[in-house]
Amino acid sequence: MNRLEKLLKELKSQNKKVLSVFLTVGYPNIKTTEKLIIELEKYVDIIELGIPFSDPIADGPTIQYSSQKALENGTNIHQVFDIIKNVRQKSNIPIAIMGYLNPIYNFGLNKFFQQLKKCPTETFGNDITGVDGLIIPDMPSEESNKTRKLAKKYKIAYIPLVALTTEKNRALKIANSSTGFVYVTAVTGITGVREKIDSELIPFLKTLSAKTSKPLFVGFGISKPEHIQKLKKYCDGFIIGSAVIEQIRQKKSVINFVKSLKTVLNNF
Amino acid sequence: MLPDKNGYFGEFGGRFVPETLISALVELEKFYKNVSKCLHFKQELEYYLTNYAGRPTPLYFAKNLSEKFSMKIFLKREDLCHTGAHKINNAIGQALLAKKMGKTRIIAETGAGQHGVATATVCALFGIKCDIYMGDEDIKRQAINVYRMKLLGANVIPVHSGSRTLKDAINESIRDWVTNVKTTYYLLGSCVGPHPYPVIVRDFQSVIGKEVCKQMLTFYKRLPDYLVACVGGGSNSIGLFSPFYNNRNVKFIGVEAGGLGLKTDKHAASLEQGKVGVLHGTKSFILQDKNGQISQTHSISAGLDYPGVGPEHAFYKTTGRAKYVSVTDKEALAGFKLLSETEGIIPALEPAHAIAYLSKLKAKNKIIVVCLSGRGDKDINIASEKLKVKS
Repeated sequence: MNRLEKLLKELKSQNKKVLSVFLTVGYPNIKTTEKLIIELEKYVDIIELGIPFSDPIADGPTIQYSSQKALENGTNIHQVFDIIKNVRQKSNIPIAIMGYLNPIYNFGLNKFFQQLKKCPTETFGNDITGVDGLIIPDMPSEESNKTRKLAKKYKIAYIPLVALTTEKNRALKIANSSTGFVYVTAVTGITGVREKIDSELIPFLKTLSAKTSKPLFVGFGISKPEHIQKLKKYCDGFIIGSAVIEQIRQKKSVINFVKSLKTVLNNF
Repeated sequence: MLPDKNGYFGEFGGRFVPETLISALVELEKFYKNVSKCLHFKQELEYYLTNYAGRPTPLYFAKNLSEKFSMKIFLKREDLCHTGAHKINNAIGQALLAKKMGKTRIIAETGAGQHGVATATVCALFGIKCDIYMGDEDIKRQAINVYRMKLLGANVIPVHSGSRTLKDAINESIRDWVTNVKTTYYLLGSCVGPHPYPVIVRDFQSVIGKEVCKQMLTFYKRLPDYLVACVGGGSNSIGLFSPFYNNRNVKFIGVEAGGLGLKTDKHAASLEQGKVGVLHGTKSFILQDKNGQISQTHSISAGLDYPGVGPEHAFYKTTGRAKYVSVTDKEALAGFKLLSETEGIIPALEPAHAIAYLSKLKAKNKIIVVCLSGRGDKDINIASEKLKVKS
């Protein structure tokens, strides 16, 4: 059982809600990414690390900007592996990798999983992989067979996305194919800070959670304590991306921001 | 002919998009499948192609060019279509689809501006709101077409990200579509993108090859030996080639943008220099760096300046059904000048690549059909500057 699975099991037994934070690897630079992961471990439950890509079609301007800057800094997939290896010397937080397909495909799917597996540490035992989950936003379920098999082989949770536009039966099928949590996109759109919650989201979460036992995490557009307050009854966790990147960009305290979200999340 | 039910031409194609778009693609696929069999739709499409776009376009015997190269060269005159390029064939077809699907807004991307003009035109015709994404580099290169789009009532949205060309305009269109998918139809301009777009665009453009077939058989009682067309995303070439797929004696030659040369990184020859990967929802040959980041491309011709290519072309390449070559910017300019001077036809810089390749084609006395995909008005400024034509 990897770290993510343990966390999800705990979540189920204690009715605990989870906070996951997204960081673009290499933005504003590799050192800061590494430092942030370690600092954030005290306040968040999962770290999602984004492999920067030149053409991130599911992302809005904030994450797109961070990817562009990370690439300008020379960030590549090898540094993503390095950062995990380094972090694993000090941290046991569940880590999920978010990457668009082309850099992964270019690297080689088998080799990619082998590398993810190759990040064990002496501290936490060689049988545990460095990475616990995988999210590929431009790979819908029809195209995911091989990836899911490899994820299973390497004991890495495969985390699929469902959208508000996903037809009900399809959403259920996708949810049940997850070996970790289900990533529910809160908006019909791209990543980025939003003011309001889509009116269709709560009914969508209600319907899906009634039919599947898989944990539902909400991401895309979640940026304020009010969002979490409004939605926490209907889901199991939140993924905060653009709002965190925005804090980094504006040189504000990511920790203080994350604390404010966590307070709302824990406060039942 | 292919693709299979998942949109694959051999190992190429598929549907690699954010989940939000899947239902829209499934809806489009089903709708297209039904409507393309419907007689009323076919009649309506034919009505607009004939009476609005000006089809069939002539198959012109280019006597002077033929003499120069000792070949029998025919030009398929897509430059004579309304709006000046083959793009109108696809735009009419997809706009009719959008209208029947009840969409109230159309978005499109454009490189050279010809697809943008064609889309703006059909949106004006059918009374649909129209937004066109265009890289700001291309906006500078193709000012005439930007003006035409605006005159036609379209909103031209500049794209400042990445290479500021067609690739980035497609990214922005996809982002817009992900956000507004319920009301908006994405009118993709080339045979790229997720399934079913490569099929839809191919089918609407196949009118080019079907007419060539009919025209050759009617007037010359035989099929051509070679079909030659430029390839960026590949829509005019796939439109010319695909109806001849089973006629193995008809050879296909696709001419890519060699830019400053294939030994430099300033070109757009995806089929010759690309590696298999995934871009804009489809698996095909992609120009990318060693880390799988999409490469910046270069071509004198904005319409060919794209780092990917349609999956059907990728399939033709790997199966050997078509041969893909390239000519440089310089050679394309020579082709531009040559056709202007020998036949009195100013081609767009895109088909000027196909014309330029004729000087390299060893096919004495053979019958060659070249797709003259667009006219050169839009490229006059670039060409006159490079060729140093004094006004």
